[in-house]
This record gives sequence, C-alpha cells and structure tokens, in this order.
Amino acid sequence: MIKRIEAVNDFVVKFANINGSGSASANEIFARSIMRMGVPVSPRNIFPSNIQGLPTWYEVRVSESGWLGRRGGVDLLVAMNPATWASDFEEIELGGYILYDSSKPLPKAKLREDLNVIGVPLTEICNAAYTDSRQRQLFKNIVYVGALSALLDIDSAEIEKLFSEQFKGKEALLQSNVNALRLGRDYAVQNFECPIGLRVQRSNNVGDQIFVDGNSAAALGAVYGGASVCAWYPITPSSSLAETFSRYCYKLRIDAATGKHRFAIIQAEDELASIGIAIGAGWNGARAFTSTSGPGISLMTEFIGLAYFAEIPVTIINVQRGGPSTGMPTRTQQSDLLSCAYASNGDTKHVMLFPEDPTECFDFTALGLDLADRLQTPVFVMTDLDIGMNTRMCKPFQWDDAREYDRGKIMTRADLESGRDFGRYLDVDGDGIPYRTYPGTHPTRGAYFTRGTTRDRYARYSEAGADYLDNMQRLLRKFETAKSLVPKPLLYPAEKPARFGAIFYGSTSPAMEEALDVLASRGIHVNALRVRGFPFQDEINDFVASHPWVFVVEQNRDAQLKTLLVNEAKVNPTRLLSVLHYDGTPITARFIVDQIAQHASARTVVPLKRAS
Amino acid sequence: MTYLAKPKLHHPALAKNKVGYIRRDYEGTVSTLCAGCGHDSISAAIIQACWELDIEPHRVAKLSGIGCSSKTPTYFLGNSHGFNSVHGRMPSVLTGANLANRDLLYLGVSGDGDSASIGLGQFAHSIRRGVNMVYIVENNGVYGLTKGQFSATADKGSKSKRGVANSDEPLDMIGMALLLGATFVGRSFSGDKAQLVPMIKAAIEHKGAAFIDVISPCVAFNNHAGSTKSYDYVRHHNEAVNRLDFIDARDEITTDYAPGEVVSVTQHDGSVLRLRKLAADYDPTDRIKVMHYLQQRSAAGEVVTGLLYINPESSDLHEHLDTVEAPLNQLEASELCPGSVALERINASLR
Repeated sequence: MIKRIEAVNDFVVKFANINGSGSASANEIFARSIMRMGVPVSPRNIFPSNIQGLPTWYEVRVSESGWLGRRGGVDLLVAMNPATWASDFEEIELGGYILYDSSKPLPKAKLREDLNVIGVPLTEICNAAYTDSRQRQLFKNIVYVGALSALLDIDSAEIEKLFSEQFKGKEALLQSNVNALRLGRDYAVQNFECPIGLRVQRSNNVGDQIFVDGNSAAALGAVYGGASVCAWYPITPSSSLAETFSRYCYKLRIDAATGKHRFAIIQAEDELASIGIAIGAGWNGARAFTSTSGPGISLMTEFIGLAYFAEIPVTIINVQRGGPSTGMPTRTQQSDLLSCAYASNGDTKHVMLFPEDPTECFDFTALGLDLADRLQTPVFVMTDLDIGMNTRMCKPFQWDDAREYDRGKIMTRADLESGRDFGRYLDVDGDGIPYRTYPGTHPTRGAYFTRGTTRDRYARYSEAGADYLDNMQRLLRKFETAKSLVPKPLLYPAEKPARFGAIFYGSTSPAMEEALDVLASRGIHVNALRVRGFPFQDEINDFVASHPWVFVVEQNRDAQLKTLLVNEAKVNPTRLLSVLHYDGTPITARFIVDQIAQHASARTVVPLKRAS
Repeated sequence: MTYLAKPKLHHPALAKNKVGYIRRDYEGTVSTLCAGCGHDSISAAIIQACWELDIEPHRVAKLSGIGCSSKTPTYFLGNSHGFNSVHGRMPSVLTGANLANRDLLYLGVSGDGDSASIGLGQFAHSIRRGVNMVYIVENNGVYGLTKGQFSATADKGSKSKRGVANSDEPLDMIGMALLLGATFVGRSFSGDKAQLVPMIKAAIEHKGAAFIDVISPCVAFNNHAGSTKSYDYVRHHNEAVNRLDFIDARDEITTDYAPGEVVSVTQHDGSVLRLRKLAADYDPTDRIKVMHYLQQRSAAGEVVTGLLYINPESSDLHEHLDTVEAPLNQLEASELCPGSVALERINASLR
C-alpha cells in the first residue's frame, strides 16, 4: 500500500514543460488562483537559454505560513515533458503524485512504486475538442489546470475570474479558455476521487500583498524615482526590466497636452554604449539608469571607473545571474558583489544596495536614483534572477506624495550670480561631496571640464601628486558619507539568547527567514542580520563582535560578501563561517538549516563539569 | 601639460557679436599640442564659427574621447562645459547628454584612432540614430600621443615616419557616414579655413547627425614624404566639389550668383546654404550619386572636399523618440512621478 502525501495549503507543485509550448501563462494562472483563495504561493521559473524545444519548469510552493523561499523537493509533478521524466521523478517526495498526459502509456520501468499516478489524456481531450493544431497544443495547458483545480480543490470560479480579467473585451478567447478549463475539471471529477491528498483550503494569509516580479518592480521604481533616460542592451535576466520601464512610461509619462514623452529610452548597441549614454545624461542633469547582468558589468567597467573618478551620477541595476563568463545565463547567483564593489582599474569603491524582493526593488531603485545624485557616483542595485524574473508575493508599493527628489548639490545660476566660489571638486562642507553645475547654467561662470584624468579642486588638469592625493582622499570621505545614506542592516533577533549569528542579503531572505524558524524549532537559536547596503555600517561590526560564530549565507562560490566584510568592515574573519549555495538554483531553507545545524553541532560547547 | 592661463586683458575696441561677446570669449586655454598641429587650426575654426553664429558660449557642450584631438576641447570655448570621456566612447556620452537637454548644441570632437578604431561602433550607432550633433573627426592617419603608430584611416601603401608601408585597407569614414544615414557629411582640410569655418557653421545649424571629416596633418609623426595625410599631399590632391557660403536665417541674401553655378539648400531653421559648384553636376542632396562620385574620385587618388551631402529634410533622435519640448533635465517631480493614487491602482492590478 502506497502511503500518499497528505497536506493542506503546504506543498510543492512542479510543472515540467517544453519551452515554447505556451505553458507559462497557464501555470501562472494556477499560482494566482491559489493566491486569490488567500493562500500564499511562491512560483519560480526554471528555464533554459532557449526559445523553443528545451525543458522548462515552473515550481509553485503553496505555503499557508507564507514561506516564499524555494522549499526543495516536489509533492506533485505535472509531467508534460517525457525528455526529463527520469530526473523529474527523482525529485518527488516519497508518496508524491504525478499528473501526466495518458494519451500515450507511461513507461512503467521509469516509475517509482511509491508514486501516485494520475493519468489525464490531455492530447486526446484536446484533439477531440479542437481542430487547429496550435489550439490543440495551447489548450492542453489549460486542460491540466482544470484537472488540477478539481484534484487540489481549487475554486474554479477564481480561475474563471482571472480569465475574465486577462481576456477583458476578448469574449471568444475568454469562452474558449473557460471551456478548456471545464474539460479538464470534468475529466478529473469523473475519473478520480477529488481532491487528492493535497488540498488548497481558503485562508486569509495573503492580505493586501501584491504579486509581481522584481524586474517590473525595479522598472516602476525607476519611473517613480524620476529616471527620464534609460539606456540598455538586451541580456538575460535583465531585459524585461528596461522593457517594462518602457511600458510603464507609455502609461504614466505621457504629456497629456501634447502626447509627447517625458522619457527617452535607447536600446544601445552594447553595454559600453548603454552605460555611456546613462553617464552622459547624468552628467547633463537628467536621472538616468541602465539595467544589465554580470557580463554587462564586465563591459561597463571602464566607464564605471570614469563615473567614480569624474563624479557623475548613474544608477546601475544588476540582475545577477550565474557567472563567470556566460556562465549560467538563466540561473540565479549573487556572484557580482566584488566585481561591482570594485569595478574599474585603479582604486575605487562603489555604493551597492541589496533588495530582498520586488517591494525593495521598487524602493531601492528609487532610492538609488536619489543616492546617485546626492553622492555623484555610480550606485548599484544588486538584484538577481530569482527576484527579477519570478513573480513574488510581497508588500504593496508605497509612495509618499510629499517626497521630493534629492538632486544633490547643484549650484544654480543664481548661486553663481551671487558670486559663490565654484570649484567642481572643492569639498566645501566636509562630507567629501562637491558642488556641480549643469552644462548651460551661466554664460560666464560655473563651466568646467569633466575628465577621467587627475585634476585639481577647480577641475583643472593636474599631474601633481598632491592634487591626486587630495582628490582620492576626498573620495574616501565621500564614501564614508555614503554609510549614513544607504539602508541600515535589519536585525532578525532570535526568540531566545543566541550564540550564533547569521548574515545574509538579497534573494536569500525568504529561505533564511524560514530556516531561522526551523532552526529555532530544533533548539538552535540564531540572531540574523540582513545587509541592505554597501558601504557597511558599524551595526555590522557590532553584530559580528557580539557572536562567537557568525554564518555568512551567500549564493556564490567565493564568499564574496564575507570577503567584503573582512576587507571593508574589518570584522574578525575567524568568527565567520560561510554557508554557500551556488548551483544556480535559488537557495532553500533546507540547505541553510542543514549547513547551520552541522556547524552548530560541531561547535556545541559542552560545559566541562557535565562532560566529565 | 600644465594649466596655462591666458591673460584676460584685451583691447576694449574689439568687435562684439550680436550676443555681446568678443571672439576671445570663445577661446580656451593655450594649446599644448605641437606647433603647427592641424588640430589647432580646427579649434580656431570652431571658435570663429561659434562667434560668427552669435552662439552664447555656455549653450554649447563639447565632448571628446581620448587622444590628441580629444584634448582640443580644452583649447576652445572655455565658458562651455566640456567632457573628455574614455577612448572611443564620446558618441555614447554625447548621445546621453543630448537626451538630457535638447536645448544645447553638442559638439563631438574625435580623432581617427578614437572614432575609426576603438570607437568605430559608437561612431556608427550615434550616426544611425540621428543624434543632433556636430561630429568632427580630426583625421591625421596616425596615433600621435603614443608616438606614430598607423591609425585605421591611414591609406594602404602610405609610409610611416620610419619608412614602413601600411598594408591594411583604410577605413573610409565619409563613406561609412553616408551609408549610416548621416544627414550632413562634409570633408575639409585643417589648412583651408575659408572652407572649414562655413562648413562648421552649417553643421551647427543642421538638425541631425552632422559629420565632418577634417584632414589634419600631424606635424610630428605624419607630415613626411610618403604620407597621404601631410600638408603637401593634401594640398596637391585636394579636389573641392563646392565652396560653401553660409547664410544665417536672420540675414538677407545679398550676394548675386550667376545662374547655374549655385545650389541653394534651405535647412530646417531657415538658414540657407549656397554652394558654388566647382565640380560640374555635383548634387549634394542625391545620396546615391554622392557615394558613387566619391568612390570614383577616391579611386583616382583625389581627396574630395566640400559639403558632400546634405539632407534638408533631416530629423533627429528626439523627433524619433517623440520627447517633450522641455529638456528632460528640467522636468519637475510633478511631471516625472505618477504619484500615490496611480500607484495604488497599479497595486490593485497586481493582486
């Protein structure tokens, strides 16, 4: 007798599809319908560098408790791609389920005996219902969503409502989707005992949260943050950011009277040009950004050094992917910290922000535009594929209408007219940030020459060592000022006194929060600190100093945040223990728990009295 | 080089232009290029053109890359903002600057190393986008600052100062600019101020990508026998197709021309270019014929100069992008930020 998995509002469904088969929108409808029932979900696309034909997966974690990290393991596999059966089946938990297209028999040899098999003749159903070959393919996806709605007890009215929103004004399309949904649902109801052991039950744990991907959120943050120039070059996983920025601009940035655009977007010829355009615009007083991924950063590095040294605002959104080189272009990593922190020849340090989810992608992009202007330097928003390309439940976006853009230290025509001394690289108030003028401000005052070569405080070319030192030391003062402007780290205190600390950042957040909870339930109490910006503040030193052992949890091989902490925050490296996940899949709570538990048991100090 | 200040004293009776500036107001610091460098003549021509056009100096942004030519923006228009960017990347920085404020004049100064080698891609794409700019390549066929290596515009068979013949094909920037859709293409010679000044003036008034290739001999490394970019060589092989008279939109046309010897081209702003034909049947508005003619004359060993091509119906990048008339860098938060009500609607659509 096979013991089947029984779970309500706490399971993982994985769809194994073929790229280009039209599964993506059907799978997303599935996830959204569960969210509409008030049950938190976190879907993830696992996709190939391919347009058509290669395997692609969509994994949906259903979690009443609201854990949004990847759990690991699969409870129900929707096995639509025979090419990946063998490896897909291995991931299924003991007593799990498979839904497959039973129009063709499943090769018995491949099946584990513990699995519960649900065969739905998707091809036969669609061939009977449709004559058009494209429809026969596309509606298979809707038919399995229909079957799943019955099998998992999902309210099909929610799905139909989603269809009616999606196909508003397209009645024919709406009706054909509803019909396909019912075909699948009817088949399941007639042939299986519904629901199976996995079940969705209406709940109230979603609240006012929104469902959005990080790239769209960052794009919207750029609109709200006042970016008017965007230059970019297509690269996975960042392309949709600039494309969505464009879509939002067409909705939100059209001059009502003239129909003209309050934005300029250039798809450049390469990343060198995209950063060059953003820097040119920033130099000339427009808020500008570029979005890219690791290989793009490599190409932009020379220009980033120029913007640092010549002190030009520019915001760079790096949607990180697996590196080095072309690496794993469709997989996630946090492996560009060092290449961004020190991008350029010579001595440089750059400001970085680490959003944990789409809400922070929105906030930090808008903040990044402010910081770039305030600090007159490149600012990196370090998101990644996991946040950027997956639709995530998160807090709704907020904007305070009283908020004003911080345009930084600008000397105006009136300032110049009043006789104020203008030295482009003159530190007048000790924060290391000089005043700048926009080109064209005044007929006879305030013009200066911008260059990547050494100059004196009045922007005059100089090869004198003293001028060089003066400037480089001021840039350090400016970086010190940045400490007070980037978001402070957030403390996640353990409920009980904890000997262990853990530092994490970015997309590790949901898995880490869950891991902390699991660890606490096992009696391992860990204080955690989420780093949100670079340069690092003193809170980080204090945190490390107050724990004998601090785990640094990262999604890269070389412990890049740890390197930065040791190098820049001067924390004691002997206290730091790395937990590193870098196979390209998003880190899981299971992985973190295993790693920390192992370290913890190895370092459990037993009092001498009891040991003897 | 060190910073050299020029004396600010000048004769009080020096002529002022219509916006109240004397020619000296358009100068920069003292050049540190070699005595006799063609680039200094081009700087002088830019100064003359801006002064004569009554452009307020601060309404110009001058941008460059890296190299001898890219140093020159320090030597003219000292009251303009300048940007000496990175090697070969002036076009992208200029494009961004132009997007931020469409009201300024953008002058891109580059060299043959900067634009024909490391920056070939950016040169090409800024031209095909139709960025409203004057793009001047100070073309000497040689890397000056690194002491005499051939550049990509050096003619095949021409000799370096050490006597080595160049075996690579030259890159024809005029031909490329025409192919890429530049709407104003001219070639001149740094030693021919009478030709160069009106050409720069016409380019400044032109809306769109105006490209000027100026042969500008390098006296230190490429002015010897065997070079095809020396003063002597260019003087002997220069074949001007026309002489340009630039007539400002505000000026009355007073000069009389004999019928048939003049082509008039009216630019967007109403300014009129009068081209006195030197080559029979040369029509600078027929792009295909121009390309054919230039290839023919080049094969015959001539260096064709003059206003080679102009499209009087030109447009620019801002027109293509349909941006608002106000410079983007002057838009207020109220014009850029959609506000919390719109955001709440977006939130609602994401549930």
